[in-house]
Amino acid sequence: MTMASPTLAAPAASAAIQRRPRRRPWTGWWFIGPFMAVFALVFLAPITYSIYLSVFRNQLIGGSAFVGLDNYVRALTDPQFWSALGRVSLFLTVQVPVMLSIALLVALALDSGRLYGKSFFRISIFLPYAVPAVVAALMWGFMYGTRFGLVGNINQAFGLSLPSPLSADLVLLSIGNIVTWEFIGYNMLIFFSALTVIPKSLYEAAEIDGAGQLRIITAIKLPAIRGAIVVATIFSVIGSFQLFNEPSILKSLSPNTISTFFTPNLYAYSLSFSGQQYNYSATVAIIMGLLTMAIAFAVQVRGMRKER
Amino acid sequence: MNKTLTRRGLLQGSAVAAALALSLTGCGGGAPTAQQTVSSSAVEEALQKGGKLTVWAWEPTLKKVVEGFEAKYPNVDVELVNAGTGNDQYTALQNAISAGSGVPDVAQIEYYALPQFSLAKSVTDLSQFGASELKDTFTPGPWASVQAAGGVYGLPMDSGPMALFYNKEVFDKHGIAVPKTWDEFLEAGRALKKADPNAYIANDTGDAGFTTSMIWQAGGKPYKVEGSNVTVNFSDEGSSKFTETWQKLIDEKLLAPVGSWSDEWYKGLGSGTIATLPIGAWMPGNLSSGVAEGEGKWRAAPLPQWEEGGKSSSENGGSSLAIPAAGSQAALAYGFLEYSNVDDGVKTRIDGGSFPATAKEISSPEFLNAEFKYFGGQQANKVFAESAQNVVQGWSYLPFQVYANSIFNDTVGQAYVSDTKLTDGLASWQKATVKYGSEQGFTLKE
Repeated sequence: MTMASPTLAAPAASAAIQRRPRRRPWTGWWFIGPFMAVFALVFLAPITYSIYLSVFRNQLIGGSAFVGLDNYVRALTDPQFWSALGRVSLFLTVQVPVMLSIALLVALALDSGRLYGKSFFRISIFLPYAVPAVVAALMWGFMYGTRFGLVGNINQAFGLSLPSPLSADLVLLSIGNIVTWEFIGYNMLIFFSALTVIPKSLYEAAEIDGAGQLRIITAIKLPAIRGAIVVATIFSVIGSFQLFNEPSILKSLSPNTISTFFTPNLYAYSLSFSGQQYNYSATVAIIMGLLTMAIAFAVQVRGMRKER
Repeated sequence: MNKTLTRRGLLQGSAVAAALALSLTGCGGGAPTAQQTVSSSAVEEALQKGGKLTVWAWEPTLKKVVEGFEAKYPNVDVELVNAGTGNDQYTALQNAISAGSGVPDVAQIEYYALPQFSLAKSVTDLSQFGASELKDTFTPGPWASVQAAGGVYGLPMDSGPMALFYNKEVFDKHGIAVPKTWDEFLEAGRALKKADPNAYIANDTGDAGFTTSMIWQAGGKPYKVEGSNVTVNFSDEGSSKFTETWQKLIDEKLLAPVGSWSDEWYKGLGSGTIATLPIGAWMPGNLSSGVAEGEGKWRAAPLPQWEEGGKSSSENGGSSLAIPAAGSQAALAYGFLEYSNVDDGVKTRIDGGSFPATAKEISSPEFLNAEFKYFGGQQANKVFAESAQNVVQGWSYLPFQVYANSIFNDTVGQAYVSDTKLTDGLASWQKATVKYGSEQGFTLKE
């Protein structure tokens, strides 16, 4: 039997083997094809093109030439690039913890069920996120005005002389304030939705065991939403490194304190659009992309390690 | 698709570079001769035959000019496109030129930006249409601005000889005399501050165009350009004249820290907290539309001088119309340029409030005697026309002035918000400019 069956099955099997290799990949491709085409067009092509750009140098005199990794060497020794990177790193280490703590606090307050007008509170915290970033920056720019803006009005009404929020010392803080205002609602929503899926029975069990609210938060709620916190942190890290809208708009109000290399993105933008240095600009963009990826990855690894 | 486009862009880039290298070596020997190779009858023929012209410009008076042009040459269809103002348009134009498609037939280019395009030969030398003959048609400042390497790379459209606009009401109220020199300007600033702590003699937060125009008037020549050899030097006498006086104005906080064209600026001009405005002669239109409450209060005076009894002046702003080299209808495009900037179009634009660059109009009694209601009936054009005749000769902008101006506030701007001195600011601007120029393949000297 065992000897006979292979010989019997052989013709059918060999026929199947002959037909299958031709058919199998193609059916698969029909399903994956549309995705692959779009993926290649909108994702791979721009990245490949940027990398291609970054190994050339185009001069007003001399035209375009292949320069290998020269642009990368230049970027890594460029003090303006490093100052931009330093600035967003400082921004990241101060603004992100402040923003996420406030968002977490608000989410916990909402989840506690002890607030009156909960949905009104939730909407009004979330509303700034619905305001386009450009409009928000313009609005805050007017409020920061020391002559006709809110700061100016306060100064007049109370006879104070508050310093201009757009002065060299305060401008980063003022931008942080705008970004925090914009994104608290968004992060609050991430935390809040993670909190709502925690089974209520856990809280009851904890209360029976005599745990207070603070204990419930530290022992149940926070560990349960750690994944959401990691996600929010990663989003915020990426957002900080990509800081562009706010400084770009405030620049017209305060051109001397917001330089053309205030953030890496602004630097890449100025290189490209005022200096026609597309190649170097692409290099800066690629380095920033890699750095952002590395740091986001580090945050994720760190966040997940705790979970184990 | 994408790849072929890039390849073509690259090929064109190197072709331009090769042409450039050739033309640069050509510059070395003898003066290049500019000869007319396309006759005016050929241009006229193209105009009669007609076609479709794309014009990139933001100058508002051109709309009327196009209407008149199309009425005169019914076969030509002009599409007037606003592709952005200033730098935005240059970026779009530069992109179109390097992509090799979508390049307009005619483009508005400011004088300070023109060298960037003429150097790369991305705009057509108009001497082939006989533009060199137009020397006496235009006032000297704008005419000099469109010259490069023996060629003519655009026809001047308007100009901005500088003048001092001042709020007469403020000066009368405090009994301060209108300054005739920059020293008197400084004194007037001090007196005004004393009389009204909220008032400023002028506003300035660091503006590249203004600073270079001031140095220009003071006789400074920080930029010298010969082909690909560029010298940048902000330590000459003219530059230090400017920094000496201006540093005092900054140190004593006599300049309103308000950026031009901001809401605060318009409000300040209207309320009298900004008392003067040293700026180009194209300003009146902006004053009457943006500062309506200042009507009757403002006047125009000659720009204060660096030496008593002097008469020197400089240009601030102004633009030309040029023909991008990639266009295929140069003769037709030149026909439009002539109509707009030499013939009937000039009158249309003056009526629309623009300040002409043509000698005939500037000296016509009708123009000179025009009374400005905004300036309390003053014949302000007389002031501007005199300024236009006294523009200091020999100034040139960098072939990469657009970029240099974009980093002005990173460097010189620091003098307005920190302890950095203007001279140090100019020195670091010079350094950054030299660095960029060398990276772009120029031979730089300081």
